[in-house]
Amino acid sequence: MARQFMKGNDAIVVGALAAGCRAYYGYPITPASEIAHAAALHFPALGGVFIQAESEVAAMNMVYGTAGMGVRTMTASSSPGFSLKQEGLSYCAGAELPCVVVNIVRGGPGLGNIAPEQGDYFQITKGGGHGNYRLIALAPNGAQEMCDLTMHAFELADKYRNPACIMADGITGQMMEVVEIPKALPHKWDHTSWCVDGTPGTAGNLVSSIILAPEELEQHNLKLDAKYKQITADEVMFEKYEVDDADLVVVAYGVVSRIVYSTVDQARAEGLKVGLLRPITLWPFPSAVITSLCATAKAFLAVELSTGQMVEDVRLAVEGRKPVHFYGRCGGMVPGGDELLAEYRRVLGGGSR
Amino acid sequence: MTDNTALDVPWMEVNGELCKGCQLCLAVCPKSVIAISEKLNSASYHPAYYTGADCTGCGLCFYACPEPGAIRVTKP
Amino acid sequence: MKTYEKSGGFFPVFERKTGPAKDATHYCPGCGHGNVHKMIAEALEEFGLLGRSVFVSPVGCSVFGYYYFNCGNFQAAHGRAPAVATAVKRTNPDSIVISYQGDGDLAAIGTAETIHAANRGENICVFFVNNAIYGMTGGQMAPTTMIGQRSTTTPQGRIETVHGNPIRMAEMLATLPAPTYIERVAIGDSKHIMKARKAIRKALKIQAEGKGYSFVEIVSSCPTGWKMDPVHARDWLLEDMLKVFPLGVFKDESDTRDEGYWNRRYDAYDPAVVDEYLDRLKSTLGESEPVPLAGDLHCKFAGFGGQGILTAGLLLSQVGMRAGQHVSWFPAYGPEMRGGTANCSVNLCAGRIGTPLVENPNVLVVMNQPSLDAFAGEVVDGGVIIVDTTIVEGRPDAKRLRPVLIPATAIADEVGTAKIANVVILGALVAATDCFPRAFCEDTLRAAIKKRSLVDMNIDAFGRGYEFVKNAR
Repeated sequence: MARQFMKGNDAIVVGALAAGCRAYYGYPITPASEIAHAAALHFPALGGVFIQAESEVAAMNMVYGTAGMGVRTMTASSSPGFSLKQEGLSYCAGAELPCVVVNIVRGGPGLGNIAPEQGDYFQITKGGGHGNYRLIALAPNGAQEMCDLTMHAFELADKYRNPACIMADGITGQMMEVVEIPKALPHKWDHTSWCVDGTPGTAGNLVSSIILAPEELEQHNLKLDAKYKQITADEVMFEKYEVDDADLVVVAYGVVSRIVYSTVDQARAEGLKVGLLRPITLWPFPSAVITSLCATAKAFLAVELSTGQMVEDVRLAVEGRKPVHFYGRCGGMVPGGDELLAEYRRVLGGGSR
Repeated sequence: MTDNTALDVPWMEVNGELCKGCQLCLAVCPKSVIAISEKLNSASYHPAYYTGADCTGCGLCFYACPEPGAIRVTKP
Repeated sequence: MKTYEKSGGFFPVFERKTGPAKDATHYCPGCGHGNVHKMIAEALEEFGLLGRSVFVSPVGCSVFGYYYFNCGNFQAAHGRAPAVATAVKRTNPDSIVISYQGDGDLAAIGTAETIHAANRGENICVFFVNNAIYGMTGGQMAPTTMIGQRSTTTPQGRIETVHGNPIRMAEMLATLPAPTYIERVAIGDSKHIMKARKAIRKALKIQAEGKGYSFVEIVSSCPTGWKMDPVHARDWLLEDMLKVFPLGVFKDESDTRDEGYWNRRYDAYDPAVVDEYLDRLKSTLGESEPVPLAGDLHCKFAGFGGQGILTAGLLLSQVGMRAGQHVSWFPAYGPEMRGGTANCSVNLCAGRIGTPLVENPNVLVVMNQPSLDAFAGEVVDGGVIIVDTTIVEGRPDAKRLRPVLIPATAIADEVGTAKIANVVILGALVAATDCFPRAFCEDTLRAAIKKRSLVDMNIDAFGRGYEFVKNAR
């Protein structure tokens, strides 16, 4: 078994290479820069493309270029840089170009800091750029998943001709874990029906997001919407830990899910029936499982590194059937296990903080 | 449009429906053999036309014309 | 016989165009875009490049370039055409890529993309149609608008002290070393037009020969935006614009550059090649049968930056990985990097690891006094606390914790260098916790230490740390 002890950020690049990604366009930003460092090392060595672009905007538009050629491509950044990529993401969604964009989320708003946060949840799952579109969003919580979900992101992006996003944080990016190095995917995709790759076979194609006639643009939007409904029906991923009999279902993703995981057994040891529901796809959000858990759970608790963003999706899924509580830290502060246990006691005991 | 195809002399022709009447071809024609029609085409422009003689086939009007298909010049 | 007629570089019928009149362009009467389009289409066809050409349309009047050109077409975001063109060219170096842009697109919102594509010497052609105004958007001031020129956003005319001066892109780009060919031409009188045609053809040839980046600025008229009839617009261009935008070649190294020099390598995806490459990234520690772990370790290593704190954690992690256990390592260090405080969390568990952050370690290594002060209280009752007594003056609470006091830095100094105190500490940790057998740890160290000449010294340091603890019992 080929294994290596590696950083989550490096594992993303390994996953990308194994998924057949051939071009990386990036711009340096902490705490995502290791991804560019690894890409700069590996992509040219494999005859692929690495460009350190003049800006995040340019990097994202280079992704648009390579994606439009039907070639797997990616970029990675952290929050302020991810904001700058919204233009290109909207164009990619509009032109239906598959690509992968990584956001190693840091503290915001504004320049904020370089510490871990999850304050970009709204931006990633609710649009970010202009127009009616969605990003497929995956939230790994360890180095192996940084690799595996990056590969999956490429597959989903191709399957639906839509950008896919890896949302992680500085801890998951910097943390080293054992990663099983994957086998490269078979090269079975063929996009010559729509791509423009500078060969005679695709010379009749057009990569574009401009549709002038309102009736045609409406149809295009409805087509995209049907695609998004299909993704919502087919691609939800989540993980359950001790939730089936839980009184309190804690909903957490990314690094927070790791912290919550550590507390579940402790909570149960003191008689608190706590379970963890971890969304792996943030969009599509695992709403159905949350709705079904309303039958058994007494309450839900969303824990996030934000002032409360994913909790809104939990509330939408619960639809008022059960109380939905929120506990968040932000600005780079990360909740400790004791802090969370106190919160579980408060919620289940009805006591105050 | 004058039919010069049988003649062994250069000629230019204007597709009156594609011409937007900008008159740039008139401005560059060294022999002043292009004129503007008094009639309107279906896009409401007064199109240019070849007056019918003395075209040298130099092609300058072709390159001065912004429309890809409005002017054709033949030099036998 | 010579015929001048609509080039095969254009679609026979402009099917993508909305509305009627599918054989006329969408351009206004007298607009220079059409002239430039004709020259490009003609050259692409004559040079036999259509099949591999990709035309990147910008935002602006030429946003609909893809209506016309009988080749692969991209429509790009405002100003981003050079970035898109860069990617297309890099992903298929055999393609012929045209970034066609107007003045707002190229010289305002896309200035950065323009300059950097030029500076990288991308093997593409940039055709820059400069008509001193935003046409499509409604006649606003462009970066190339002339002083005194009225536009919808300079109703009193462009004023130097308010709006700045018209920008000369060809001259600016000519200061860069990478571009091969930079010329400014005009759609003015016939001489100008034929020169423009020549420049466009030359640029495409340069690209086809792999000789690098070409930039052809084409001064052109916008009768609608300028509120002039087409013939007067052309006269204004000739009399006024060319004073500000002088024609000429600003750079031409096409004769001295080698063919193919600016072509980049690109290999299509081959899973077998990737597999072979990824195999080289795997751990070189060598395979081992799983080695049981005596008990889960949640370690924190803390000290000054530069003491090898992070490395000590990494070495322990690698031992854990080779043993087939679950391992996580997470670094945290102060902004000072060296001299500041550094610490790392290492989890070594038989089962799945929850939080990678170790809040309450059962093993704490402290290599400076601030770390002892900061973290000793967080150690679980009965936890091991390893203290480098060469450096740390304070002593931990022996009633609550299991202190392991070791002059690690002094021992390391005896071994050869104080720098490997971290490995002495690692030996002490293995001895104090009995997490893995000594020989297994030493084998792993031998494989993990990249510099062969340092292996013996490290094994010595590890052994001294190990024995110090065992003998102290």
